[in-house]
Parts: sequence; structure tokens; C-alpha cells
Amino acid sequence: MTSSKSTATLHSPPANDDIGFDTRLELYRLQIEVRDCEKRAHDLFLQNLIKGTSHLSLGQEAIAAGFGVAMQKGDKSFCTYRGHAHALARGVPMEGMLGELMLRDIGLMRGKGGSMHLTSVEHGVMGSYAIIGAHLPIACGSAWRAQYLGEKDVSVCFFGDGTTNIGAFHEALNFAVIWKLPVVFVCENNLYMEYTPIGEVTAVPHPAADRASAYGLERILIDGNDADVVYRAAQAAIAKARDGGGPSLIECLTYRHSGHSRADPAKYRPPGELEDWLTRDPITIYRKRLAEFGIPEETVKAIDAESKRKVEEATAACKASPPAPVELLTADVYADGGWAWRN
Amino acid sequence: MAELTYREAVARGIAQEMERDNRVVFLGEDVAKAGGVFKATVGLYEKFGPLRVRDTPISEQAILGAAMGAAMTGLRPIAEIMFSDFLAVCFDYVANEMPKLRYMTNGQLTCPLVIRTGNGGGVRFGAQHSQSVENWTMMIPGLKVVAPSSPVDVIGLMAAAVRDNNPVIFHEHKALYAMKGEVPDGEIVDTLGTAKILRPGKDCTILALALMVPRALEAATILAREHGIDAEVIDVRSLVPLDTQCILGSVTKTGRLFTVEENPRLLGWGAEIASIVADEGFWDLDGPIVRITTPHIPLPAADHLEDLALPNAPRIVEKISRVMNG
Repeated sequence: MTSSKSTATLHSPPANDDIGFDTRLELYRLQIEVRDCEKRAHDLFLQNLIKGTSHLSLGQEAIAAGFGVAMQKGDKSFCTYRGHAHALARGVPMEGMLGELMLRDIGLMRGKGGSMHLTSVEHGVMGSYAIIGAHLPIACGSAWRAQYLGEKDVSVCFFGDGTTNIGAFHEALNFAVIWKLPVVFVCENNLYMEYTPIGEVTAVPHPAADRASAYGLERILIDGNDADVVYRAAQAAIAKARDGGGPSLIECLTYRHSGHSRADPAKYRPPGELEDWLTRDPITIYRKRLAEFGIPEETVKAIDAESKRKVEEATAACKASPPAPVELLTADVYADGGWAWRN
Repeated sequence: MAELTYREAVARGIAQEMERDNRVVFLGEDVAKAGGVFKATVGLYEKFGPLRVRDTPISEQAILGAAMGAAMTGLRPIAEIMFSDFLAVCFDYVANEMPKLRYMTNGQLTCPLVIRTGNGGGVRFGAQHSQSVENWTMMIPGLKVVAPSSPVDVIGLMAAAVRDNNPVIFHEHKALYAMKGEVPDGEIVDTLGTAKILRPGKDCTILALALMVPRALEAATILAREHGIDAEVIDVRSLVPLDTQCILGSVTKTGRLFTVEENPRLLGWGAEIASIVADEGFWDLDGPIVRITTPHIPLPAADHLEDLALPNAPRIVEKISRVMNG
């Protein structure tokens, strides 16, 4: 994206702008790339080229982008099965992500994990966890390691609103606070716990933010569809964690445009709800923002074109990739690379 | 050489590894300032300080989750789950998270940690604090599982478990904590996946684990003295990896196999071994494989009832002598 960056530098940001053009373009680039890639994942599923399941982040791109840009190299992401966006936002190549969804050799884990377990350690993506709540304590452990060894990285843990009602959520928050761990908990409240409105099954209106005070944490509730807002909150929480200030819990209000998973047509939505939220689509919001800050339409279009080109290229690479060799079936059960349980 | 109790051996084994490697850290409920509810970790907090020996809340998921997160990013944690029955409240980590991490990530991440836990009965704690749950962990690909029966094995297998790059479940037996044994001075490092022949014999093979080991040895003495049966007693020690060669070798020699298992009957560790021997040692067998186990019941708290349930030397003797002498 050097071309768009150099275009951006032609403009001076307003004196009161805390984000700046280059960062804004990066926030936009990540959002549109996630959007295009997720749409492609949907299409590939319809073509039966993605098997198993798939949980899209369509509509929730601003959260991945805001945190992805705010995190530094070495920081660690812990994601859920709705983790495609977070992997891309840490710089994972599209073909690694899509290739894993397609269970091909080119995939991040060569097809051994599948869509719900995207992991790329070299990009700081320390796994996607598909059993609700499991990764909050795991993120605490990563943060404990950083604290113990004096390493300066921050662990960021993303999860949905449904996670706030499982025990591990509460154990992890208490644990992170009492040990003052450098971890940021990010609740993406997309209003639905799978197929059920989160409000119907939760004691408080805001499932994460309203629980923060129980753990002595600040109540942070933000617009998760505005990448600038997410970016600012992410920066503040990550800086606090890095400086030894302990954990934060951030609830990002958002909405998923598609169903819970590939199998869900989302018929439980009240009429008009999706349409209302589409008027608050993060991509639309951000395109308007870029225009307000004087970023030329050509620059935005160039980013859009580049994103589409990358998706096409990645798709072609994935389609050309063979399945993984069968030797992988029994590889890496144990740390010696094998699977021997007896002599 | 010094005489140590099994519980003192736990602390010595952990201390040996913490002294050697700064990445070894230890966490659990009441393990630090209080020295553990079984007093098995006394002195570690004083020796290694609050950053390496940490008390946790009663949060088993947080304990194992944090141990896993630390392990996969560079530490080598030892986590205590006070009673092995409590593995059920954090079983997601034991069954789904730790053992699958390396496989699912195609080798990108490993999980070098030890879960030590107080296993087994005989201490009148009732049905939820007395179970022998080795088979809960034995059945899961990706875990290693050990259960030492003596102080020296506690130290050596603890060292091997800490140095191993896989998640290792370390079953300590609650009824053995007071047991004494001779322990050599200096560093002790054993090998996972090795059984030990504790009493050589020619007439039959008895496999035992943890508390059942001293009971099997006692039974073998009686069998020799009163029934003229020369039993070979093997401490299995490590269920995963399993020392199949040692077991099959013994069966080749004796032609008879008995397992003594503290677990309730169904799918105890001896069932898997019986299956292996039936497959691979069938033509060496002179009679059926016999499993001596706790009946398929929860454990009662009352002492006389619990004693009826768990295999003991008289029951082992009775069963083996009847089977062997018809």
C-alpha cells in the first residue's frame, strides 16, 4: 500500500487529529480486506470449497482493525472461532487464512485445525479457541509469562457476548486483576449469543461492561463499529497494560451481518434490525470518515482495488493448493513430532 | 542417602527442577504460604519467593488455563489441582485444550507443563475426594500420565515430567503421602514410559499402580509363603507412554497376568493393558487375564465400607490363589 500511503502524505492532518492519515488508511485497509475476504469465504462455502463450518465477522470488522493497528509486533492475540478477522488484522496472509478454511496444504495449519482454530505464531496469533471461555484464562497465562520474564508484550483476548455467562470469563477476570496482568479483554457484543438475543439470557443490559465493577475494573462501553473509537480504546488499554497498569475489559457494541455460522440463516432477527444496523456499517462509516478528513476518493478506490486483487490472488493460490500429505495425520500429537503412546 | 516421605519427595522434586530452570513456576490453591493442604509443597514459597510459587483463588479453570498460556509462550509451569476429582471442573483444559494444541496448530505451539494432583482413596474423604481417575487422563491423545508409588519415583518422575515438552498429568496418591522411602542424594531424573519390576517371579505377573503397588507386593509375599506362587510384581508407573515391552516380556516369562486397579471396574487402565496382551501376548498366556479392581461403585466415606471396596492384599491373594490353583 505504498502508493496510498504516499498519497496520504500529500495532506496534512488537522491539528487536533490524534490518529493521522497513515493510520486511518491502515484502519480502512484492514476493514475492507476483512470484509472482502469474509465475503469470499462465504462464496467459497456456497461452492462447497469450504467444508465443516465457518463463523464470519461481517459487520464486526472495525474491532479487528482497531486492535490490529493498535497492537505492536510481539503482542499476542487470542481469538475465538469467529477469528478470521483477527488473524488478518495481525498480518496473516489471506491465503493462509482462506487455505485453512479450505483445509488445504497452504493453510496456516495445513488443514489440521480448520476454520475455528486459526493460529499463526509468527504473527502473534496464539490460537483461536472454539470452546467458549477457554482462552480467557489462557491469555492470562501468556500475560503472566510476560510479567514474570519482564517482557513487554501485551496479550489481547477477543470473545463474544455469550462468553460473559460462562465461568471461565469470571475466573479469568478475577485472576487478571489480582495478579495485575498485562492483558486486555475485548468483548464483541454483536447482540446474539449464537441464536439467542444476549439480553434474554443475561442479568445485566451490557454483558461485559456491567460486570466490570465486580472486578474493580473501569466500565468501558464503546461503539464497536467505528474503527477510530476502537483504535483509541485499544491504544489506551494496551498502553496501560504495557506500563504495568493491569488488565482492562472493553465491551464493543457491534452487529454481525450474517448468521452465527454457515448453518444459520438468522431468521430470529426482528424485522428491520439488520437494515438499521446496515446504516451503521463500519465500512460505510469509515469511508465517510476518510472523506471528512480530505482523503481523496482515488486513494480509497486504490485500496479497494488492491484488496480485491489480493482476495483473487489468494483464492487462486488456495484452489491450486493440494490437500496436506497424509503423513500429517499422526504428526505432532506429541512434542517429538510423533504419536507414540507405547513402546 | 536419606529417608524421605512421599510428600517431602514432592517438594524436593519440584525444588530440584526450580533450582535448575528459572522458567519453572508453580501455582495452585494454598500451595505457597500454606505449603499445600497435604503439606506436599512446604518450603517452596520460602525458597523460591512469591513470583515463582503462587497461591491462586479457587479457580481451577484459571489455574490450568493460566498454566497453559504460560507454557505455550515460554514458561514450564507446574499446576496443582488439589484433588484429582476436581479435574472434572477444569476438564476442558485437560481434554480439549492442552492435548490438542500442538496437533491443531500443526506443531506451531507446544504445552510443556505438569498438572500434579492428589489422586486415590483410602483416606475416608468420600465419593468426590477419593477417586482414582488415571483413566480419565489416559484416554486422551496428547497427554502423558504418570502415577508414582514411592518417594524416589516421585522425585525422578517429577523431574522427567517437568523436562518433558508435553502436558503431563502427575497423579500423586493421597494415601501414600506419609509413606517413607530411601532416596539417594543429588539430582534424580527418571524416564517417563518405563515400568519397573519390583519383585521378580516366575509363576504370574501382577501389574499395579500407586497405592496398589505396596498392596500387590504384600500379596506377593503371602502368595509365596502360603500358596507357593512366585509372583512377579510390576509397578506400571507410567500409563502414557506405556511400557508395553516390559509387560509383554513378563507375561512371556510367567504366562499369567493379573492387574490390580484402584479405579472402578469399567475401562480402568488394566482393561487397555489386558487388550494389548490379548492381542500380542495371547500365545504366551496359560490362562485368562484377570483384573482385580474396585467394584463399579462410587467410594463410600465409612472406613469399613471403603476398605471393602478397594483391592487389598487379602483380596489379591484370594483371587490369584483361586485362579492359579483352581
